[in-house]
Amino acid sequence: MDKLLHLLSENSTFSVSELASMLGEPEEYIAAQIREYENQGIIRGYRAVVNWDEVPGSGVLALIELKVAPQKQKGFDEIAERIMEFEEVESVYLMAGSYDLLLSVKGDTIQDVSAFVSKKLSALEGILATATHFMLRRYKENGISLFDTESEKDRREMGI
Amino acid sequence: MNYSEKLTESIQSVKPSGIRRFFDIVNEMDNVISLSVGEPDFKTPWHVREAGIRSLELGRTWYTPNRGFKELRAEIANFYKRKYNLTYNPDEEVVVTVGGSEAIDIALRCLVSAGDEVLLPQPSFVCYEPLTIMAGATPVVIETKAEDNFRLTAAQIEERITDRTKLLILPFPNNPTGAIMEREDLEQVAEVVKKHDLMVLSDEIYSELTYGGKKHISVAQIDGMLERTVVINGFSKAYAMTGWRLGYALGPREIIAMMTKLHQFCIMSAPTTAQYAAIEALKNGDRDIEHMCSEYDMRRRLVVDRLNEIGLSTFTPEGAFYAFPCIKSTGLSSEEFCTKLLKAKRVALVPGSAFGESGEGYVRLSYSYSLKHLKQALKLIEEFIKEL
Repeated sequence: MDKLLHLLSENSTFSVSELASMLGEPEEYIAAQIREYENQGIIRGYRAVVNWDEVPGSGVLALIELKVAPQKQKGFDEIAERIMEFEEVESVYLMAGSYDLLLSVKGDTIQDVSAFVSKKLSALEGILATATHFMLRRYKENGISLFDTESEKDRREMGI
Repeated sequence: MNYSEKLTESIQSVKPSGIRRFFDIVNEMDNVISLSVGEPDFKTPWHVREAGIRSLELGRTWYTPNRGFKELRAEIANFYKRKYNLTYNPDEEVVVTVGGSEAIDIALRCLVSAGDEVLLPQPSFVCYEPLTIMAGATPVVIETKAEDNFRLTAAQIEERITDRTKLLILPFPNNPTGAIMEREDLEQVAEVVKKHDLMVLSDEIYSELTYGGKKHISVAQIDGMLERTVVINGFSKAYAMTGWRLGYALGPREIIAMMTKLHQFCIMSAPTTAQYAAIEALKNGDRDIEHMCSEYDMRRRLVVDRLNEIGLSTFTPEGAFYAFPCIKSTGLSSEEFCTKLLKAKRVALVPGSAFGESGEGYVRLSYSYSLKHLKQALKLIEEFIKEL
């Protein structure tokens, strides 16, 4: 894997000079490389990984499985594009297996999410079935533990 | 009772570890950001842990053969063949020990005794001197120097050789300096060793952690040195298996036989669960080593660049996972530097003097920590230097 992308995906606050040190490349090269990734749309943004469970009033998250009827020519792309437009929808994935699309949907309350599913989502043409799963607790997000587990503590001792 | 009369002179003459003494202070304090630990921050790879767990589930909780499981010895021999093109007979030239430490101890006790002198390059890991003394022999220190990239030179060895010199300890890749020995360095050392008919104890515990495309070379690979070398290695650093306590020694049949005899009486056999895990590590762990090594490499580059920027001139380490910045520009002794840094910024480093007098003027910084942790600690060190 590209080491620069790997480092930035772990921590986007590394400075160009730190990245240059770690990768043993000139700063100008690293800066140009990052610009190129941004231009190509490989790097889409830089944001904090927030543990929303710790933020009061941050709402609820649901994962929604969708079965859809694929359309001629365009397959699943057209319906996925329409679903993406809803601001409630955080992510959309095409899946292999017992359903077709997986969405994550954010709302202020369970009622909001339910209303979104029943009124907006189900009303779309081509939706055959939905299954909504509400998330109870986040343990790990984007590879980062959100949970101060015993196993995360540094228990190393000074030997001699 | 006057216990000093009851205890041996030799153990009482051994100085306590300088690292320990410093850390008794650290342990009294809260919220210390440590860059001091000498072991990987990685956990043992899961498939290796699983092999250990599986062996326990199967109830394999007995002693193993004294030398270690045959399969493990065969895998160790394969490993040295694959990595260093050295051929060891697993039945006669390999003994599995409780960490590299035990292997160092029994090798010294089998190779030297009262009246013998042991050449010991410093700065180096703290165990060689005490264990040499406990074997009854006399350590003769050779100071490696920053201007030689902390490598050992043939001329330095020549200067220290007497009629009583019997053994040379070669601790490379080196803790704490991060120095390595390349083929030409080893060839020159080997000439002197052969000329004076010495033996070599080559502690290669950091062999898998070298950087910048420089692969570790074992002194046993140099012409005529296989028969003069006891190689010490283990699983702690390469596979992040410190707590499993497993190491090994490789060497001539006659020497390994004696070491095995001693091992059998004082230890019986190395931990059984650890041996099962180690077989898995050797069979399927090459990629884990690569992954960890490349992580250390990024940290190494970051740490060395930052330390030099901060104004602490730092030799670029080529192995292990330590940086050894020179702090002479601050006018402080290495112990003063570490104590002040600890009090002012709660960052713990190890004074270079803990690794021998020649470590004075340096401090050891372990980069076996996450990048986030390293960045935070380096920022505090920078503040400390600016405020001096």
